[in-house]
Amino acid sequence: MWRKRFLSTAAVAMVAAGSAQATDFNVEIVNLTSGIYYTPFLVAAHTEGSRLFSVGQPASAGLQEMAEGGGLDGLVATLTGIGATIETNPAGGVMAPGGRTDVDLNTDGTANVRLSVVAMLLPTNDAFMGLNAITIPTEPGVYTYNVNAYDAGTEANDEVLNGGGAPGVPGMPADPGGLAGTGGTGVQTGAESPTVHIHRNALGDTDPTGGASDLDSTVHRWLNPVARVIVTVR
Amino acid sequence: MKSMTKVSRLFAITSLGAALVACGDGSDDFVSSVNTVPPGPEMATFAVGVTNLTNAQPLSPIAVIAHDDQYRVFAVGTTATVGLESLAEGGDNAELLADACASVRASASVGGPFGPGANEVISVSVEVTQLPGLRLSAVTMLVNTNDAFAALNGMDVSGFAERDRVTRRVIAYDAGTELTDELATNIPGPAGGGEGFNAARNDRQDFVTMHQGVVSADDGFATSNLNESHRFDNPVAQIIITRTD
Repeated sequence: MWRKRFLSTAAVAMVAAGSAQATDFNVEIVNLTSGIYYTPFLVAAHTEGSRLFSVGQPASAGLQEMAEGGGLDGLVATLTGIGATIETNPAGGVMAPGGRTDVDLNTDGTANVRLSVVAMLLPTNDAFMGLNAITIPTEPGVYTYNVNAYDAGTEANDEVLNGGGAPGVPGMPADPGGLAGTGGTGVQTGAESPTVHIHRNALGDTDPTGGASDLDSTVHRWLNPVARVIVTVR
Repeated sequence: MKSMTKVSRLFAITSLGAALVACGDGSDDFVSSVNTVPPGPEMATFAVGVTNLTNAQPLSPIAVIAHDDQYRVFAVGTTATVGLESLAEGGDNAELLADACASVRASASVGGPFGPGANEVISVSVEVTQLPGLRLSAVTMLVNTNDAFAALNGMDVSGFAERDRVTRRVIAYDAGTELTDELATNIPGPAGGGEGFNAARNDRQDFVTMHQGVVSADDGFATSNLNESHRFDNPVAQIIITRTD
């Protein structure tokens, strides 16, 4: 249902925006966190009426796939279907704390006037960073956006590292930094707020072989913003 | 010619001592109150008002630096300078100000830490001919931490006209120079009374990132000497920049 609305509004926007200004720009992404890795980024310029997610609304299947395991196939398929300008994985794999990467986009000849950037936070259950359909500036210059961490609302935040990255599978898929623990009994066992919302942060604990969480509270917590996106319009 | 406005006071917390450093001119160091504005050239003055937005994190004497567009106090993902390390671990801004000398057009510091809710206004003046490319930075330590600092990092003020005013809310960074162990012996502020600057670098990664926040003993970090009151969230300070002259 969500995807249907996504496609129909996007189609309308494409027809209406035939005279959109072409833009040649660079997108730089900085991992601001001290202990969180990002899965490969999806950087997409798309039409006015389209969005990858809306706060307070349930996540699409594509967003769930990205937020729970880092997979981009679903979102890329949807975006390709509406003629988006897409770049994936500019960092060439996961991006470490303090890391940065950048990629050029050119929306010449398209109606793609909005920019979105998403990636999953590792290790988490379903946290993602999301720059959400900002209007791409047309005036040459450097524009900086601070990006918050969202909870996709699709999986309980049990904080158990078990390799579970497929949509609907509990647990956290991976810990690239190797600082997570084992033996966590599970933080959240009840239902997750089922819509996209600002993430309440990891809980973690200081017991590497037990406790409720496999996350380390002195390593895997964060404060917003968790990423910075710098758009340079030429 | 550089102009420097300097205000110095006795430090309320001795472990946070910060001596002012003049760039290439040691003659007026350690003077309790000096205000030197050379007569003649037309000046542009920026008043930097800083409000501490935290619950229980005094901020160390804030360093305000008006500098060229080549210098940066820090960059996320890049190793902190020793000057920044000294400020972030011990609240001492002297070396940071000294390091910046080659790029500084004006700098100033307040002499004492300022607590939650407190407000400080620091002014810096440059000749109007130095406005092109002018950037403004302000840096201060959250003293009840290992090495957290808040900063305005190279804001472009070259286009400021008289009476222009901009409000920025700034966030907390981790210098990456000291492990965030939350031990009293490594926290120089009143919550610890411990050591400030130590040249050893023992953090998990030797570069600047965002700070992840204080965990505290009240939240299960049993060896922490901090309690729940020392936690903070972003933004940690409000900075209002006004071109007054």
